Amino acid sequence: MKKHRVIPVLFLRNGFLVQSKQFKRYQNLGNPVTAVKRLSEWGSDELVYLDISRDDNYDMRRDDLGHANRSSVLDIIEDVSKNAFMPITVGGRIRTMQDIEQRLALGADKISINTKALDEPEFITQAAREFGAQCIVVSIDVRLEEDGVHRVRRDGNREATGFTATEWAKRVEDLGAGEILLNSIDRDGMKTGYDLPLLDAVSSAVRIPVIGCGGVGEWEHLAQGLQQTKVDAIAAGNIFHYSDQSVYLARKHLFGAGLNVRSPELLEF
Amino acid sequence: MQRVCILDYGSGNVKSVYNLFSAVVENVVISNAPADIEAATHIVLPGVGAFAAAMRRIHETLPLDVLERVVRQQGKPFLGICVGMQVLADTGLEFGETPGLGWIGGQVRRLESGDFPLPHIGWNNIDAKRPNPLLEGLEHSPDFYYVHSFVFDAANPDEVLATTDYGQQFSGAIARGNIYGVQFHPEKSQRAGMRLVKNFLAIQ
Repeated sequence: MKKHRVIPVLFLRNGFLVQSKQFKRYQNLGNPVTAVKRLSEWGSDELVYLDISRDDNYDMRRDDLGHANRSSVLDIIEDVSKNAFMPITVGGRIRTMQDIEQRLALGADKISINTKALDEPEFITQAAREFGAQCIVVSIDVRLEEDGVHRVRRDGNREATGFTATEWAKRVEDLGAGEILLNSIDRDGMKTGYDLPLLDAVSSAVRIPVIGCGGVGEWEHLAQGLQQTKVDAIAAGNIFHYSDQSVYLARKHLFGAGLNVRSPELLEF
Repeated sequence: MQRVCILDYGSGNVKSVYNLFSAVVENVVISNAPADIEAATHIVLPGVGAFAAAMRRIHETLPLDVLERVVRQQGKPFLGICVGMQVLADTGLEFGETPGLGWIGGQVRRLESGDFPLPHIGWNNIDAKRPNPLLEGLEHSPDFYYVHSFVFDAANPDEVLATTDYGQQFSGAIARGNIYGVQFHPEKSQRAGMRLVKNFLAIQ
């Protein structure tokens, strides 16, 4: 039987692995390549790498910019694919077909598109035709607004889009996306659990797999995602970086709860 | 001392396959040169994409006469991965009917997945059907990573080493003598993938 996936999401900002909180505050967590090696050894099902660097917002107050941790996202993909024998999704600042081709050639398996999909929805169709729907993931950032509606935001929560979450999810499915990475902006880094109504609404509205993300503060939150919504995969950022054996422990919790994930015990042989 | 030759017909995932084999043995080349194929102890045909396009590129880029001699006559261990497995069939039914290499009897047709969406993407377990050195230590139905919409129907069921279930049972791994094929991607399957590669390289 096919298994639900447990996916660590790594946010990269100007070459560093960072923790993110509500898309506003970032804390440096160190070398991205070392982190990936660790997460791979612990048995992640897949990794998502999102480059959230901004050219116009370069943090020059840092005094460690010359540190060896800092490398381009392309170098990182290449290093990561040598260390991690698992599927890798790469996103952030994808604007052209060449951007996609380059990342796939370096060892990425899937590409996550966000802003470009909103700017030019046909890009999803073109990319899926060229590289196969299985490798085109559309990342959707959603905020629960005061009127109680989940609306899609763009440019790292800087602007509104006019779409509700389910409207845009159905649209990207029709356009040929192979998968949706669904992020909750208000839950990001809050450790209060997934926005379950959001995950449920979107995963019920489309047939393509939805990866739920944002808000996980304990392993039980991952279980809730699978028990209370139709997401195919559960993702989280921060929590996987703070504890030793994190992915193993997460999987152990889920497997123990009778959920359909890869057995933690079968990862060693 | 093993020496691996990974054939490159432009299938896209050659680098990942190279990385995995390189993690296990020192001598790994990506090459279609007859000298490298002759010098290799083990030959690997990776693959992603569609059957017809893969066959066209295989005819354009690979020295099939050399492979025919080395693999089918001399019996060098050969592993086809994903579409690299599918092209071993007699025919493929993706975008019309295309002749395959015909090294293992069978037909490649669309997976009838019922309510499950295609492509079949993700981790799914194999059920070993018969003992084989390729699956040594992998008898406890470990999960492997799959990305595909088409499957290999083997003409001889005895040549199916393991099956996987996604709406229906299909061939996860097949073999005829020294010629092996796996529908999943060992290069994306972490430890299970590495074990399979070690098993393949232990076959003489």
